[in-house]
Amino acid sequence: MNNLRGIYTIWYRDILRFWHDKVRLVGAIFLPLLFLFVFGSGFGGMMGNLGSGVNFTQFIFPGIIGMTVLMSSFMAGISVVWDREFGFLKEVLVAPINRASVAMGKTLGAATVAMIQGSIIMLFAPLIGVALTATTAAAMLPLMFLLAITMGAFGVLLATRIRSMEAFQVVTQMLLFPMIFLSGVFVPLDEAPAWMSNLTKINPATYGITSIRQVALGETSGTTFGVNLFGQTMSLWNNAGILAIIGAVMILLAMWSFRNQE
Amino acid sequence: MSDYIIEVNNLVKKFGDLVAVDHINFQVAQGELFGFLGPNGAGKTTTINILCTLAKPTSGKATVNGFDVVRQQNQVRQSIGLVFQDPSLDERLSGLQNLRFHAMVYNVPASVREKRIEEVLKIMELWDKRSNDVRTYSGGMKRRLELARGLLHYPKVLFLDEPTIGLDPQTRNRLWEYILELKRREGTTIFLTTHYMDEADKAERIAVMDYGKIVAMDTPDRLKRKVGKDVITVKTDDNTKAAEEIGARYQIEARRDNDELVFAVEHGEKFLPKFIREFGTKILSVSLRHPSLDDVFLKLTGREIREEEVSDTFKAMVRQHGRHMRR
Repeated sequence: MNNLRGIYTIWYRDILRFWHDKVRLVGAIFLPLLFLFVFGSGFGGMMGNLGSGVNFTQFIFPGIIGMTVLMSSFMAGISVVWDREFGFLKEVLVAPINRASVAMGKTLGAATVAMIQGSIIMLFAPLIGVALTATTAAAMLPLMFLLAITMGAFGVLLATRIRSMEAFQVVTQMLLFPMIFLSGVFVPLDEAPAWMSNLTKINPATYGITSIRQVALGETSGTTFGVNLFGQTMSLWNNAGILAIIGAVMILLAMWSFRNQE
Repeated sequence: MSDYIIEVNNLVKKFGDLVAVDHINFQVAQGELFGFLGPNGAGKTTTINILCTLAKPTSGKATVNGFDVVRQQNQVRQSIGLVFQDPSLDERLSGLQNLRFHAMVYNVPASVREKRIEEVLKIMELWDKRSNDVRTYSGGMKRRLELARGLLHYPKVLFLDEPTIGLDPQTRNRLWEYILELKRREGTTIFLTTHYMDEADKAERIAVMDYGKIVAMDTPDRLKRKVGKDVITVKTDDNTKAAEEIGARYQIEARRDNDELVFAVEHGEKFLPKFIREFGTKILSVSLRHPSLDDVFLKLTGREIREEEVSDTFKAMVRQHGRHMRR
């Protein structure tokens, strides 16, 4: 009960801060929207079909939804660094709540904000000519959430060990772009060279992006863009399962690391 | 359970080779206003950090409100309120929102939460500004809000780590009125660290800390009486000659302080007329002062505590400035 209250309070503050800061909302959805219109509507027509009757715009749309969620939740860890720098973290650390629940609250806060941003991008589907039924959209949400939790916890984990905001930004950018490029947001992974293909398989984001795409495009056509692991094409449930395992490990590491900081 | 609300036994904290806290022992009684006096780096903040569970001791034992600071962290945290040396508010939220957050994490029951928040905000005269973002507050208002927050959950002990650092004299005085009023009304135990002598003077008991050790602990009056003597400061046209004369005539060693000589005597009021009458070297100015905590500190450590003050205020200014730049 005590822990739930702690998680809720930490989460609540992050949402309150997000609501306070409208510029952040606009800023966070600007880049994905730009990609959506430039790559989707703009270059999309030049690319033609990618096979399985899916055009480039349709292909990239779930990828960019996933990217929005991934970027937002991962970068949200900076609030921990921010709080340390401006002193508020002390107020949190001396409070009579479990530190593991602080890490959990932070992760959930990051995930919630990322979900709001990802859902806003979803609303742009009709504008770029992607047909999205309510059922499909609803089915994408849990996978987006799983990805958001995983990356949110990863961000919190890094934030417990990185002391300055500048360093946090450098480190997250260095990880963020390789993760995005090697997760199949922009290009199908199945024709990637072997070395690249191996990197995509150890990239947690791959399983998030692929599973969201499998839901958005339907699993049969989705398998064309899927991941091969141990000579087997991974199903939606396989991908979601791997993502869930990585997510659980990230949360545990974030909690452990948060508890062991002075 | 003992009568003491804070008990510290052989507490040690090392950072690598540096011994920040070196085998200290003390007790604080329920309802006492207890002060830690010492220059920066003496180990005051480290001790507070251990007592409020922010740092783990290297060895030794400490209890707050009967709870062990290592093994019963949550109970200790629930028992204490804190005002840190550096600001620890969420400046992007309003004063009210900061207090609500605090009330929630400290489990102040929802039924009394709003009433209690109103009460502390009114004591600290921040009620009118409650909905403004904290970043628009002045330094003094932020401090008062932190004090209000520290009181919100009825703590048994209120830790004040350099609570008035970087504040102007009027704000300092006002803040102190609040603190003393609080002690009267609620009987809260207050644990204070400061390097301002006048603030340490308000404490019922002081521990003087230097290089991680407690070098003296008593009431301010008794500490001053231990230094004992009155202090004479004299300026002459030849200080070297005057120092020799003081040594020869009264068997007292005078210490040079810039262009003045400082020495201690018993019963300064009686000594002074005689001194002026019989002294051979020409006196330019002379003053008499009863011992202060400054002298206590000087006697105990051989250094003046004031030297640190200026650079400290400067640091606080730079820190504040740096923050604004980054926003």
